[in-house]
Amino acid sequence: MSDRLTVLKTYKLYVGGKFPRSESGRVYEVNDSKGRWLANAPLASRKDARDAVVAARKAFGGWSGATAYNRGQVLYRVAEMLEGRKDQFVREVRDAEGISKSEAAAQVDAAIDRWVWYAGWTDKIAQVMGGANPVAGPFFNLSTPEPTGVVTVVAPQESSFLGLVSVLAPVIATGNTAVVIASERFPLPALSLGEVLATSDVPGGVVNILTGKTAEIAAPLAAHQDVNAIDLTGADAGLARELEVAAADNLKRVLRPQAVDFSADPGTHRLTAFLETKTVWHPTGSLGASGSAY
Amino acid sequence: MPTAFADVTASDSTLRRFLHGLPGVDAVGLEARAASLGTRSIKTTAKAYAIDLAISMIDLTTLEGADTPGKVRALGAKAVNPDPTDRGTPRTAAVCVYPDMVATAKAAVGDSGVKVASVATAFPAGRAAIDVKLGDVREAVAAGADEIDMVIDRGAFLAGDYMTVFEQIRAVKEACGTARLKVIFETGELSTYDNIRRASWIGMIAGADFIKTSTGKVGVNATPANTLLMLEAVRDFRAQTGVQIGVKPAGGIRSTKDAVKFLVLVNETAGPDWLDSHWFRFGASSLLNDLLMQRQKLATGRYSGPDYVTVD
Amino acid sequence: MTSPFEYAPAPESRSVVDIAPSYGLFIDGEFTEAADGKVFKTVSPATEEVLSEVAQAGEADVDRAVRAARKAFETWSALPGAERAKYLFRIARIIQERSRELAVLETLDNGKPIKETRDADLPLVAAHFFYYAGWADKLDHAGYGKNPAPLGVAGQVIPWNFPLLMLAWKIAPALATGNTVVLKPAETTPLSALFFADICRQAGLPNGVVNILPGYGDAGAALTAHPDVDKVAFTGSTAVGKAIARQVAGTDKKVTLELGGKGANIVFDDAPIDQAVEGIVTGIFFNQGQVCCAGSRLLVQESIQEELLDSLKRRLSTLRLGDPLDKNTDIGAINSAEQLARITALADTGEAEGAERWSAPCELPENGYWFAPTLFTNVTQAHTIARDEIFGPVLSVLSFRTPDEAVAKANNTQYGLSAGIWTEKGSRILAVANKLRAGVVWANTFNKFDPTSPFGGYKESGFGREGGRHGLEAYLDV
Repeated sequence: MSDRLTVLKTYKLYVGGKFPRSESGRVYEVNDSKGRWLANAPLASRKDARDAVVAARKAFGGWSGATAYNRGQVLYRVAEMLEGRKDQFVREVRDAEGISKSEAAAQVDAAIDRWVWYAGWTDKIAQVMGGANPVAGPFFNLSTPEPTGVVTVVAPQESSFLGLVSVLAPVIATGNTAVVIASERFPLPALSLGEVLATSDVPGGVVNILTGKTAEIAAPLAAHQDVNAIDLTGADAGLARELEVAAADNLKRVLRPQAVDFSADPGTHRLTAFLETKTVWHPTGSLGASGSAY
Repeated sequence: MPTAFADVTASDSTLRRFLHGLPGVDAVGLEARAASLGTRSIKTTAKAYAIDLAISMIDLTTLEGADTPGKVRALGAKAVNPDPTDRGTPRTAAVCVYPDMVATAKAAVGDSGVKVASVATAFPAGRAAIDVKLGDVREAVAAGADEIDMVIDRGAFLAGDYMTVFEQIRAVKEACGTARLKVIFETGELSTYDNIRRASWIGMIAGADFIKTSTGKVGVNATPANTLLMLEAVRDFRAQTGVQIGVKPAGGIRSTKDAVKFLVLVNETAGPDWLDSHWFRFGASSLLNDLLMQRQKLATGRYSGPDYVTVD
Repeated sequence: MTSPFEYAPAPESRSVVDIAPSYGLFIDGEFTEAADGKVFKTVSPATEEVLSEVAQAGEADVDRAVRAARKAFETWSALPGAERAKYLFRIARIIQERSRELAVLETLDNGKPIKETRDADLPLVAAHFFYYAGWADKLDHAGYGKNPAPLGVAGQVIPWNFPLLMLAWKIAPALATGNTVVLKPAETTPLSALFFADICRQAGLPNGVVNILPGYGDAGAALTAHPDVDKVAFTGSTAVGKAIARQVAGTDKKVTLELGGKGANIVFDDAPIDQAVEGIVTGIFFNQGQVCCAGSRLLVQESIQEELLDSLKRRLSTLRLGDPLDKNTDIGAINSAEQLARITALADTGEAEGAERWSAPCELPENGYWFAPTLFTNVTQAHTIARDEIFGPVLSVLSFRTPDEAVAKANNTQYGLSAGIWTEKGSRILAVANKLRAGVVWANTFNKFDPTSPFGGYKESGFGREGGRHGLEAYLDV
């Protein structure tokens, strides 16, 4: 008997930098495209969502206050760590989505490159989106983009890893913190990503990953008064509408679902969707009272 | 000097600490406030009141190397009787001349009530030994000056030697005897509003009866903003000590419109208590004729012209 | 203190503006009656005099206007940007030419002092059209990619506090980017928008590009709900903003909302005090405090509280309240009886909750809607008047001990529109500005506006930015 019995992984949520089981104590069965059992995933509850928001809010000050250079280094570190664990993700994506190994590899490669893309954006977005405004008066006037705050991300249902990375990385690149609801059917790559983030210098709470029934987890998050924005990419039309209505209660910024080709150039709109523009004024003209000032 | 300030003037360092602890001045905000008050629209009865008040606040001035007794006598006559066509016109507050012209001026204004003010302390530069400056003052006072307009030592001020500035003012005040002392900062040379505020407090603590913007001899003289700032200083000083001090913008105020704007600054900053020639003056010469022409316009309804006011 | 220097009345001449006894809706380049024939009266809040009778838009009119705008969109959006620019430049110039007339009109209909309409509203209105005119043929360079497309028909609903300025903030960027517009002015201030319709006529603007629908909330709701509206822009209350956000859920409509605020004006012990006092006054008494970005919470460092309040009260005592057309009036009328009732109720709540009320000594005119400049001391974050937007000349004074505490209190609100910082210490300005969750931060100044400067809120103060390059995004399909 040379076949060794493999050690299976217990997949857990990723919240506040820790790996808790669901507060509900429940899991659900995750199968591959042929219906074979892959693992059990935690069935996150409203309370897990609540805890995730608390963790994300707690992490917001530090992460948004970190230098853009530092955030870039951290995101690049994620790419580095993924590169080393590529085989695992290729396998998980292939198993989940039922695609070929080479297709899965292409997706994982693209996902790693996406982290690199956004790593480079952290210290450029303020220059591209902000700047001095030439107001008609003796004032210095500067607009700067700032992160919106805690963002709920309803990750794409189909693209379990490239799609997930494509929606998550831009949210945190600018200093937001995220509560991610992973693809309901394909949650395992997301949970594994949590393990990578935990070892990539991403501070605990910056990314929180929940798995389970998208609609059940998303509802309390869309209504949560301490969540500032919601990305509805992974919600179907009906759910998206419901969540947008709930989000109106505290005027969350809403990114509506739209057809996305995750292999295409991502552009900047996912970065800018979760930015606020702050404009600061200050008087100039204090050179002197002897004429040079007026 | 109010006793409250004995500690402040105890030493160089206490004085410096006090002056540098005064609230800062934001230039843009100050100028915006002055400009905003400048948009007040003063019409009809209010304008008539303001014109007469402004005339009564003028220190009618001649400070030229070419001043002669004849010129000074003409100035005195004009101060006493600004508009020969209307004897109801108020007299100016004073005439302002160099020390050697004080006696002539005194004779010219007689017992009209018009005061004679004399610049002193090596006006306008103030670059002379203290004894020379004090001698200048004593001579003017001896010749009958009712008021002395001194200049501060801007060099000492800008070098950070506030105590010298303070002590010179004290000494001049003493030399003034009963004459009222106006302290000229030459705000254009102090350059920053923070400096103007500090100079105001040095002057007020040292016993100035008036604080005055300028000599009229440099590029920038009285402006609405620096006058507003000095009005804030005398307002705050009275609130703190109960002692009221006058303000005199000088140089560059030539039109009725400008003068009225300054009166609005007085009214809405220091307050109505300062709306009196005892507490507010204009250091000016050509302003008077413009006020007189506007006064004639209000009386007759038609615009006046320069040939209907006297040129002296 | 009474002064011997009593400023004689200096009223701006009313004769520069000719208000017709009645006005129609402006649809497809023509003034027309409402489909159901309804009209409403607009009054001068300073005198309660009826200024005019205005057609009241209903759902059918909204539909007609949206159809006109849709039709006009085809040709307007196809115009070269340079041509659209020239229309906007024309409009800007005509506004400058007619600015005295428009200032008087705005003062009559709104109740705000002529000083403000003349020196703030109208210059900013013209500047806004000038600014966006220049963008119309430069959109490729705005950072939104090549040839960014307009959205289509913009449904715009504006408030009564800056009627013509809010119109400019809405219409100028919409037209520059190639959209067409249906705009509903507030029911208490419809006149300047109707005069703007006449300016569009003078400028030769093609029919249907701008449509003006005076009316009430029902017309606004019908407009934002209209299925053929591609873009909703609203400035007004947070409650209505939320209703709109719900209404558009699940549609493709792009939305920008400029809503309420409870701005903190933070004064540190090293502030330039005299300018801070002016800034506090401007912050809360500009436009009778009926400003979404008003500095309605004064956060003063405890160590200078007494001194600052003395200065502030002395300054408030010099404010001149009265005839808005008088050029020396600082404080005009409250815009409506309804708004006055709201301010009064909230001020009463402040008193009932134990805050100490002080009002500037001034005589209120007999007719019209008036509220004396008022401040409340002994206010804490728990007081209603420290949390709810009053939208009136009422200042709540709170204190703090440290910069950290100031920031925490400033941010402790569901709003996030504006904030002020007063200190002579540069590093503190930058540190505090960085921590404030507000869309516009005025340091050592307050309530400054400029067409190049993006404006808009965090949190429940809304989303999107108006003004500047940022303001283009709201009207582009990007």
